[in-house]
Amino acid sequence: MNQQELEKKFQDRIDKGEIIEPKDWMPEQYRKQLIRMMSQHAHSEVVGMLPEGNWITRAPSLRRKAVLLAKVQDEGGHGLYIYSGAETLDISREEMVGEFLSGKAKYSSIFNYPTLSWADMGAIGWLVDGAAIVNQTALAKCSYGPYARAMVRICKEENFHHKQGYEILATLMKGTKEQREMAQDSVSRFWWPSLMMFGPHDKDSPHSSDLLRWKVKLFSNDTLRQRFIDRTIPQAENIGIEIPDPALKWNEETRHYEHGEIDWNEFKNVISGRGICNKERMKARRKAHEDGAWVREAAEAYAQKKVSKAVAV
Amino acid sequence: MTKETQWPLWEVFLQKKFGVPFEHAGNVHAPDKEMALQNARDVYSRRNEATCIWVVPSEAIASSSPEDAGSFFDPANDKIYRHPNFYKTPGASFE
Ligand SMILES: [Fe+2]
Ligand SMILES: [Fe+2]
Repeated sequence: MNQQELEKKFQDRIDKGEIIEPKDWMPEQYRKQLIRMMSQHAHSEVVGMLPEGNWITRAPSLRRKAVLLAKVQDEGGHGLYIYSGAETLDISREEMVGEFLSGKAKYSSIFNYPTLSWADMGAIGWLVDGAAIVNQTALAKCSYGPYARAMVRICKEENFHHKQGYEILATLMKGTKEQREMAQDSVSRFWWPSLMMFGPHDKDSPHSSDLLRWKVKLFSNDTLRQRFIDRTIPQAENIGIEIPDPALKWNEETRHYEHGEIDWNEFKNVISGRGICNKERMKARRKAHEDGAWVREAAEAYAQKKVSKAVAV
Repeated sequence: MTKETQWPLWEVFLQKKFGVPFEHAGNVHAPDKEMALQNARDVYSRRNEATCIWVVPSEAIASSSPEDAGSFFDPANDKIYRHPNFYKTPGASFE
């Protein structure tokens, strides 16, 4: 079969809803786009441990501390599931981590915002994980098997992340005036960056059409963003949190909320490295990698020692 | 710069409860089988998803190729008489 026939056959499989597995033939661009998406996603999970890790030692109770620790550990696990899936596309873990640590690879802009108060653990769980759930639930039906399966596993865990965050905010909203203000301040800071997590508007999204045609993406950025807004607003009303968007209103006809314009300049700045915490996050990741070097060396030396012992016997 | 190590890859299989077959869950990198088991537990069973875990060096797995699935599984194609519903048993109950 020539290239054109192979591509036609591939697209037919996608259109029929078949799942592509690692050893199947796939267009080079499909493989490349998936590597880009999956490695960025994995890096985001890993960087995502930092803003919340910042509050583990200062959690207000042992219960909250255990919960936060478990959540952060889950995020590390999510990174590993996705790296493991991406490796089936003929890229090594070492190469992906290398591109991440060198600053060549991107990760989600949301993690370049600082976590200034305990309420941010609530806002992140509720809004950031909430947005991630909407994205990942769609990706769980994507055409690449290893990515889809990683997403199914992740979505199960995200529900806990989402609810514990909401619980933190709900509790604060029943507290003192200061606590309510702290919760509101946090949501006001995280609302717009959360909407940016879905990426540019459809008309400005460079990779979207290929990804939609290949069913790597099943819904456009704007569709998913709308889904997130529609399900989040009633939850906000339920605990009396205000959404910092004066243009927000319910449209009875479309049965959707309308929202104000997103500040895409801010988005571009954060993505291109000028966010509040970009430098700090990269520094922390590099330090963690270097500080772990002795553990990796020791584990390898131990494994080798056992091999040579076994040979000697 | 410290030396980079790309540890061997291990495929992870979980048994969800006693008595049921092991199912592939994903993979982990580890220098040896003990660490592979510990990593597999930490990555794939943080909520009691498994009662038992297997780790197998990825390079030890042989796989048939999906492209040749047609001819590879061909020998089974024309043998519908291997299924019980191939047989006509008028009147009799086999429930
Ligand atoms: Fe996650
Ligand atoms: Fe999460």
